[in-house]
This record gives sequence, C-alpha cells and structure tokens, in this order.
Amino acid sequence: MGRKLDPTKKEKRGPGRKARKQKGAETELARFLPAVSDENSKRLSSRARKRAAKRRLGSAEAPKTNKSPEAKPLPGKLPKGIFAGAVQTAGKKGPQSLFNAAQGKKRPAPSSDEDEEEEDSEEDDVNHGDHWGSEDDADMVDDYGADSNSEDEEEGEELLPIERAARKQKVREAAAGVQWSEEETEDEEEEVTPESGPLKEEEADGGLQINVDEEAFVLPPAGEMEQDILAGPHAPAPDLQRVHKRIQDIVGILRDFGAQREEGRSRSEYLNRLKKDLATYYSYGDFLLGKLMDLFPLSELVEFLEANEVPRPVTLRTNTLKTRRRDLAQALINRGVNLDPLGKWSKTGLVVYDSSVPIGATPEYLAGHYMLQGASSMLPVMALAPQEHERILDMCCAPGGKTSYMAQLMKNTGVILANDASAERLKSVVGNLHRLGVTNTVISHYDGRQFPKVVGGFDRVLLDAPCSGTGVISKDPAVKTNKDEKDILRCAHLQKELLLSAIDSVNATSKTGGYLVYCTCSIMVEENEWVVDYALKKRNVRLVPTGLDFGQEGFTRFRERRFHPSLRSARRFYPHTHNMDGFFVAKFKKFSNSIPQSQTGNSETATPTNVDLPQVIPKSENSSQPAKKAKGAAKTKQQLQKQQRPKKASFQKPNGTSKGADSELSTVPSVRKTQASSRFQDSSQPAGKAEGIRESKVTGKLKQRSPKLQSSTKVAFLKQNAPPKGTDTETPAVLSPSKTQATLKPKDHHHPLGRAKGVEKQQLPEQPFKKADFQKQNDTPKGPQPPTVSPISSSRPPPAKRKKSQSRGNGQLLLS
Amino acid sequence: MRPLTEEETRVMFEKIAKYIGENLQLLVDRPDGTYCFRLHNDRVYYVSEKIMKLAANISGDKLVSLGTCFGKFTKTHKFRLHVTALDYLAPYAKYKVWVKPGAEQSFLYGNHVLKSGLGRITENTSQYQGVVVYSMADIPLGFGVAAKSTQDCRKVDPMAIVVFHQADVGEYVRHEETLT
Repeated sequence: MGRKLDPTKKEKRGPGRKARKQKGAETELARFLPAVSDENSKRLSSRARKRAAKRRLGSAEAPKTNKSPEAKPLPGKLPKGIFAGAVQTAGKKGPQSLFNAAQGKKRPAPSSDEDEEEEDSEEDDVNHGDHWGSEDDADMVDDYGADSNSEDEEEGEELLPIERAARKQKVREAAAGVQWSEEETEDEEEEVTPESGPLKEEEADGGLQINVDEEAFVLPPAGEMEQDILAGPHAPAPDLQRVHKRIQDIVGILRDFGAQREEGRSRSEYLNRLKKDLATYYSYGDFLLGKLMDLFPLSELVEFLEANEVPRPVTLRTNTLKTRRRDLAQALINRGVNLDPLGKWSKTGLVVYDSSVPIGATPEYLAGHYMLQGASSMLPVMALAPQEHERILDMCCAPGGKTSYMAQLMKNTGVILANDASAERLKSVVGNLHRLGVTNTVISHYDGRQFPKVVGGFDRVLLDAPCSGTGVISKDPAVKTNKDEKDILRCAHLQKELLLSAIDSVNATSKTGGYLVYCTCSIMVEENEWVVDYALKKRNVRLVPTGLDFGQEGFTRFRERRFHPSLRSARRFYPHTHNMDGFFVAKFKKFSNSIPQSQTGNSETATPTNVDLPQVIPKSENSSQPAKKAKGAAKTKQQLQKQQRPKKASFQKPNGTSKGADSELSTVPSVRKTQASSRFQDSSQPAGKAEGIRESKVTGKLKQRSPKLQSSTKVAFLKQNAPPKGTDTETPAVLSPSKTQATLKPKDHHHPLGRAKGVEKQQLPEQPFKKADFQKQNDTPKGPQPPTVSPISSSRPPPAKRKKSQSRGNGQLLLS
Repeated sequence: MRPLTEEETRVMFEKIAKYIGENLQLLVDRPDGTYCFRLHNDRVYYVSEKIMKLAANISGDKLVSLGTCFGKFTKTHKFRLHVTALDYLAPYAKYKVWVKPGAEQSFLYGNHVLKSGLGRITENTSQYQGVVVYSMADIPLGFGVAAKSTQDCRKVDPMAIVVFHQADVGEYVRHEETLT
C-alpha cells in the first residue's frame, strides 16, 4: 500500500448502503459552500460556514435583508459583535450598539464579510427581485432602512431565517418605540438605498406592529419589478393577499395623490405598479388591462374587475307566442324555481335566483314557453322595436334569442331573415326557433358582408356583431389573456364591413322603418364608438335615441379620438353598474338610399338627403378645403340629426325619384362636404340646375362655407325635390332650403311656401355666414336650431313635428 | 327549394292525417294567408307564401330553414314526422293521451308510455292510431302511436306499453343536430 492510501478515509463508492452514508457535516456542506474567499474562510467557524451555505441556498429570502447593506459595502469587517454595526453607516453604530447590547449577540467579524459578500453578490443594484414577493406590502417604508440595515446586518450573518426572525423579535421587544423612532429618523436621513423599506421583510414584521398605521405605502423600487421577471422560476409566488393589499393602497394613494404620494415617485410608477398587481391578482393580460385602465377611472376599474369574477344572474325571457309571463312564473314556481320579474324596463323578463330543477330542461322550456337569454341581449331588440308585417334582417343571429324576441314582438307576422356565418351555431338557431314556435323566419347561412347583394331592402336590420367579448369576461375568462391589439383591430375591421353591409341592406324609404341597430357585447371603444363613427362618415345614416332610458351614454371622445356628438345617444352597459353583461347599443336611421362616394377633391356636393337645416357650422376652417374633415363630418351629422323630421318626409317622397338625383350627386362626398353648402348657395340662385350649381359652387364662396352645412342640407333637400318635381328645378331649389328647415312637407305644399321661403332663404345665407364666423369653434349647431331638431324629436310622430319644425325652421333661418 | 310532387304530397298527407285526420285541410286553407309546403334538402317545410318569396332569393346551398320543418323524406321516400311539427299537430289532434306528472320525464327522455303513466286517453282510440301526447297541464309533449286501443288499455297490466314513442319535445335538447 502506498503511504498515501488511508483506509479510514477511503470513500465508499457504489450502490451499497455504505456509499450512501453521510460523511459528516463538514464534507457534505463543502459541496454547497462556494469557493470561499481566503480571509473569510479562515475566519468562519463551522457553524458560520453552515449558515453561509444555507444563506446562499436560501438567497431568495436573504436579499431583502441585504438590500440596504449592499448599497454600501460594508466598510471593512465590523466586529460581529455589533450586528447592527455591520450595517452600512457608521452613524448607525450608536443605535446599533444598543441593539447589540440588547441582543448580546456576538458575531464573528468574518461574518460581516460574508454578509458583505452575500449582500453584494446578491444585489449590487437595489433591486431585489424576490423582495417584492416576500416583502411586506404594508411595510415598504424606507424609513426603517437603517434599522432594517442593521437588522439585515444581523441577517447578513449566516442565520437561519428562523434565527433571524427571532432576533428581530427580540430587537423589537427590546427596542422601545423611541429607539425605533430615533433610528427611523436617522435612517431616513442616512438612507441611501432606494426603497429598502419594502425589502426587509423582517423590518416589516417588526415595524408592522408598531408602525403599521403610520407608515405610508412605499412603492417598491422600479427595479423590483424587473427583478420579478428576472427572478424567473425561482421567485417566490406572489402572495395574493399582499398584492391585493397593495392594490388597495395604491388606489388610495392615487385618489389623493398630492397628499399621499411618496416623494420622488411619479404617478406613472404607481400606475405601473398597480397595473402589474391587477394583472397578477385578476389574471389579466397586459394589453387588456391597459385598455381597461384607459377606459375606467381607478375605483370603477377595480369594481369592474371584481364583477367579472362573478357570473351574472340567470335571466329568461317569456315567449309571449305561447304563454304569458305571469303564467310562466307560476308554473316555474310550482316546479321549485325562485324567480322575480326582471325590472320595469322589461315586460317579459324574469331573473332566476336559484332553482331546484335544471332551468334549461323543464317541460316548460322544452315546450318553448321561455328562452334563456341574458338581460343585455334583450336591449337591442327593444331598441329596434320591430313592427308587425315588416321585413327584418338579423345578420348574426346565432343562437337565436334576439331573432325569436323580434318574432314574438311581431307576433309571427312579417318576415325575418335570420342569417349567421357559422354552420354549427345555425343548428341551435333552427332548434330554438322551432321550439319557440316562430314561423315567420327564414334561416340562411351567408357571410353577413354579402348582404345587400343577396337580398336587400329590409325595413329594419339588427346587427349583433361578432366582437372580442370583453363585456362577457365573466362567461369566458379566457378573454382576459388571449386578446391583444391584433384581435381587437381585426374585430373592428370586420364589424365595420358588416355595419356598412347592414346599412346598405336597409331601405331608407320604408314606410315604417329604415332603422338599424348595431350592438356588441364588448366595451372596447375601438369596437363600439369607433365603428359607429366610421359608419356615420361613410353612409347616409344618423344616430337616433335607442329608447333605452338607462345605461351609460356612449363616448364622444376618447383619448386622442373624437367622435360625432350624436354618439351620446348610444348606450353602454357594464357588469358592475347594471349587473348585466357588458354591452353597447346604437340605433341608426338611414335617411337616403344613396351611397356617398368617398371624397374627391372637387366635388363636394352633398348628397341630396344630406341637405337639411342650414346650420352654422364651425366648419369655417374646413370650408377652406373641399376635403372632408372629420369635424365637418361631425358637424354635418349634427345638422342631419337636427333635421330628422324633415328628412323623413323627404326620404319617403322623393326617394324613388330622387335616386336619379342622387346619382347625380353620388359623386358628391357626403354631407360633410362643406361644398354642399356652396351648392346650396348656387341653387338658391335662380340658376336652377343642380349641376350648374355644383360647378359654380366649386369656385365657391369661401365665406359661405360655414353656413355650408346648412345650405348643404338645403341643397340636398333641393336635389331631392328636384327630380320629383321634374319641371321646376329652381323652385325645388328654393323650396328645399326652406323646406329643409321646415320639415318635409308634402311636395304639394312646397311650391307656394317654397317660393316665399326661397326668397327669404337667399337672404338668410348671409346671416349664417356671420354666425358661422362666430361659431367657428362651436361643435354644437347654433342655438336656435337645436330646438327644432333634437335627436329626441325624431321619435315623435313626423306630422306633428313637421308643423313645429316648420315654424321653427323659419324662425331659425331668420336667426341664422 | 321546390314544391312537392304529387307522390310526395300524398305520402306526407297520409302521415299527417294519421294524427289530425281531416283537419289537415285547415293547414292548407288558412284564413290568414296561403301556406304551402316546400321541399328543400329532403325536408318538408311549411311556410306562408310571403316568406317563401323571400326565401326564393336565397341560393339553395345557403338556405338552412324556412318557416316550420314538418319532417323529412328518408332515402326510401318514406316520410318521417319530426317533433317540430308538434305545434301544428297539437291543436288539431283528434286522439290525445295525457300522461301523469311522474311519467312526463320518462317520455321526454324518449321512452314509451306505460300503463302506469297513463293519465287519460281519448275515448274510442283504435290500436295503432296516431296520438298526440300531453302533460296533465295540457302542454303538448310529443306524439306517438297508440299501442293499445282504449278498451285494451283498461285491461292491460301496469307495465305494458300503451303508447309508442315517436317524437317528443325533449329532442330539442337531445337531438339538436338532427333537426337540421
């Protein structure tokens, strides 16, 4: 045997029992201990080394303690006896020594080095990725940084976590509040490391008892957030309680930001932190949460998120084709269902609180006495208000709840064309409609965008567009994470196409209809107001009140976008305010079957139907260019809205013939064109010919731009009248201006009135100009005008309106 | 979509007449408009003329359903009535059967009606007569064929079948796919 061979030290190898025996703590730990720095290693006792090993292993917890120390590398090795002293600042020595005394703990000097190393290694930056997870949200205060440092120092030693906690406990007990406060102040002054407060859990523990009320919420350092990511799989799972508390804290601070903010932290940092916390707590993706934060103020945001965690109550709709609500309620109660009427806004709705039988399988359900339907899904049909013997199109009908509601309102008369693009979902439509006893329906399987081509000319159209589903998160939580920018834009694009097709499928000259309801189960502005605004610009439609007297109004502006003011008549519903699924409903009235061409540079003639009340439009700026401006469009729309009454009559009458005229004007961009007004002016002159007018107009009187809208409406009206009249183009021209304001009088009356008014009208344009100047910047039309035409007025029966508006119109003309 | 041929019309009317007899005439001559039967994809649809005109604009492969589907013709040109026709059979039914509340569920699951579940039955129902099945609250549940005449029903033991199940409203939930 060689001299080097020592049997006692021979390592056992192999699969046997002896190989598995532990060799002794020293050797075992040697595997874990890092290559130890020379000086340190010499000085460490075995226990110290173990602790160092443990600390390294459990560095996740350690970091926080190290935070403060790290910033200031320990100056040399402080004698361990001063555990506090190990902390960065010498100034702390004093208080620290107190601690020392209290604790009586001696630490080997080297340990401080180790601490230092650990601390330094663990974080050179202030960020402790793990911190935020483990730190106490309540005690993120940096105030106690020094103390924490000192405490950290202690922990910097290779203490087991439990030992650290014990030590802290002792410290706290020993240290009177005074001590704490002293240290706090010192710490604050001396505190160099940013937000070490939140770092130290131990501090938090101790501080919590004393300072929980006083300390303000301290935002974790920015770096922490990144660290969370960097920490990766080894980061401790965020404590949801803590996150929740932090959410509440931040919301509270942001509510009173001036007073409660922490110095040096900007609002955006708080918001970012809040966003991350909300995303964590409620499991949202970043994109969607960002969108929601833009949409709601903070307090509402939290309510909204909470509401999405809870399902909405089950509601059902009585099928009045087969039964009555009261009978149905009785029958269901007899079966053991606990229910109530839905609300005074619904005559057929019932809400189910609980049920001992499956509510979707009772014999009454199978017999078709009711349909399970969300409360918000009843709203668009109520808004559309289909009448008997009408032709209705439901473009995206699956699963058939709205279709059947429409059929029951129509009492199985008329015809409904129920269309959907998805074949599987159509099966449920067939099933539901048959079950409910609906007989006036034809079910088809087209892509909605093909619509006017296949068949058009409907009295009313309902478009429940496919959407991102952000209003029904409680039904489908997957929406929280799987929606991003592309999805929303794709949905919006599809919705715009569908809406244009739907508008083209409506017959504006329908005697009883001409309405379209657009609805989505989404709360995103990109899918709602933006799409509606797009349609308003592209087609001859205007928004009218939905008839729903509750719900939040649609937005007329949102971040950098500005929408037409009539969007206020659209309605939004939220889960947290109305306890129904998030929804958006907008009702359009189509006033002309012509399709405005996209704006070309020169021809800015408004389509005939666009002409209406001359309104001073703040378009003066727009007027300078033929190009349609969004604002102009908006203004035009306003005008159009104002003239709901007059338009109606005009549509009905001249529509057949006006098509011809329309075709002329089809080249004209939509009403918004300021030039329309110019046309009007031309027409008001005895020139007569529409084309002539148009051309002359182009040369244009710039100054008359502002009244253009007004005149444009008039011109449009003119054009409408012209074809029917056939003979006297001038007269209609004259008439139309007056008429537009006045109302749509039957043509017969127009003549005599028209002439007189025409004369007046020609003078009037001047006035509008002036006013236009004043009101350049007004978004709202002139004062006098609104009274005649308000969106609400559209709901009143036309004839009555006409008289009123006529007189008012005249008055307005004069005024304007 | 096309009108029915003579043969098809005959077969279908025979089937329907089993349940509603001569009331069939009321289906065709209705006071509130002209209704007709149309065949599309082997299924027979009962629809008013006005609606049919609109449906005529829709191309055949995109048309899914119109009005009410009464049933379908099988590959061997037999006509099979579906539960969707129940709304038209029930008011005109000549022979009716009422089932007890306990047996409702069983019938709705597609089982035959046993004597123990039989509540009432129209007098002078002959055997193999088409009947419409109601619940005790007069809600139509489906239709079937009488397995026993009324007199026999009185005599037979409680576990004997008295009505063969043919269609019930539970199929709206159980067989949604076969409806179209």
